[in-house]
Amino acid sequence: MSVIKTENISYIYSDGTPFRKVAVDNVNIEINEGELVGVIGHTGSGKSTLIQHFNGLLKPSEGKVFIDSEELWADKSRLKAIRCKVGLVFQYPEYQLFEETVYKDIAFGPKNMGLDDAEIDKRIRDTARLVGISEEMLGKSPFELSGGQKRRVAIAGVMAMEPKVLILDEPTAGLDPKGRNQILSLIKEYHEEKGNTVLLVSHSMEDVAKVATKILVMNSGRLFCYDTPDEVFRRAKELEEIGLAVPQITRVFNRLKAEGISVPDNVYTVDRAEEVLLSMLKQGGEADD
Amino acid sequence: MIKDITIGQYFPGKSVIHRLDPRMKLLLTTLYIVMLFVADGFLGLAAGFIFLLFAFFISRIPLTLMIKSIKPIIPIMIFTGILNILFIDTGTVLFEWWAVKITTGGLKTSAFMIIRIICLICGTSLLTYTTSPIMLTDAIERVLSPLKKIKLPVHELAMMMTIALRFIPTLIEETDKIMSAQKARGADFETGSLINRAKALVPVLIPLFVSAFRRAEELALAMECRCYHGGEGRTRMKQLSLGVNDYAALGITVAFLVLVIVVNIFTVI
Repeated sequence: MSVIKTENISYIYSDGTPFRKVAVDNVNIEINEGELVGVIGHTGSGKSTLIQHFNGLLKPSEGKVFIDSEELWADKSRLKAIRCKVGLVFQYPEYQLFEETVYKDIAFGPKNMGLDDAEIDKRIRDTARLVGISEEMLGKSPFELSGGQKRRVAIAGVMAMEPKVLILDEPTAGLDPKGRNQILSLIKEYHEEKGNTVLLVSHSMEDVAKVATKILVMNSGRLFCYDTPDEVFRRAKELEEIGLAVPQITRVFNRLKAEGISVPDNVYTVDRAEEVLLSMLKQGGEADD
Repeated sequence: MIKDITIGQYFPGKSVIHRLDPRMKLLLTTLYIVMLFVADGFLGLAAGFIFLLFAFFISRIPLTLMIKSIKPIIPIMIFTGILNILFIDTGTVLFEWWAVKITTGGLKTSAFMIIRIICLICGTSLLTYTTSPIMLTDAIERVLSPLKKIKLPVHELAMMMTIALRFIPTLIEETDKIMSAQKARGADFETGSLINRAKALVPVLIPLFVSAFRRAEELALAMECRCYHGGEGRTRMKQLSLGVNDYAALGITVAFLVLVIVVNIFTVI
């Protein structure tokens, strides 16, 4: 059962002026429930524009979007309900924080959904625990927190709405490696705990390779491919042609293979590489042929 | 929605009008406004209108953009039109009911006013459409530079204007982004009572102000890092100079102005 489906959607910015730009060009896609999709593409490849169609923030210039088999924009009054179903965390979401306390800020989304106070309180505490915000932090002003903490609060604000689909646009942008790993693992945890569909937009293959079950590659507004990481990374040459690199470790393994060493070609995280190499060392000799 | 605001929206091009010296364009726009206000009959106004069409035609700005710039002032036009119709009672009476009296004079004046407003807005929009904001403030700085003698901080004013103009699109974009982000969290800006809608803006305004201050601080720091210390001794990358085109444009504009004055004198006689 597909939770997100698009039919030939295109989106054109500033049509009829010299600034005209086709950001999304005839994209057809079906995303099944429960996937953790990595959305990858160059800056300006249309990935951010594409995801804004999924919760009805942008209306496609052409084509149709379906969420849970319901057509978007068929009934405008349903848009708010759709936006609660498809949660979108924007790039640099910490810039949208506005409330006096972290608690109130996370409550903003659930409150807009019209939930009662007890339910809101439960959700806030739930998500706060999930993203690693301490009780004491809930009472602080969001403007006192560090960058990484702010980011987690902002993500929690959307997670607390318990959307069926959670979309995160570059959630690790501008964070240090530690912060990046924290965010990535909390996304993975969220996906495992709730079993919801998650879309993770990124331009880092490494990030996506760590967590995704499916990868969607955009190239200059078009859908390049949508497949499992194995299938996508197998097309290393093509990916390089459109300016995207497969993860470093996969490149190492591809080279090893080119040198005539028999290694599996579905290695795209360092952890997996370690596993593979260790088992090869144990068996011994296999790497010699 | 919010992106439709066209103030200071430069429409890049290579037409003669685009290439005119911005100082000259400022002067010409002033002359054009004078032309519109000097005209006291439809004939004079027609001359101004023809001048506008002529300038508009050679600037190659799409008509839709011009129409877009008129849109926001439609309420003002309607208001002026109605006021003039109601309060001017010269000429023959066409319609009378209770205190309302519509006369030919009233209709004429209101039509005259509306056309004048349209010409004014289109003319000044043409200036902003064909001149980048940077060029414009540059020109303003140069035109005002004699006022430095009376200790007016002309350079600083121009710099403030440049920065303000430069940040309008950025702030609009930012507003759009924050609005989208809050919409994604279920905020509703389109329905509800006026008070509720005003309240709904709080989650947009606070992040907007916070980011505006952050940007200001970053910009000030970046300027200081590049040794900015005001206008003294500053040279420019692009020197403004008047060319043949500029004088030709001035000639044509002055000719139109004279024409309007002449038309005025003759219609009075």
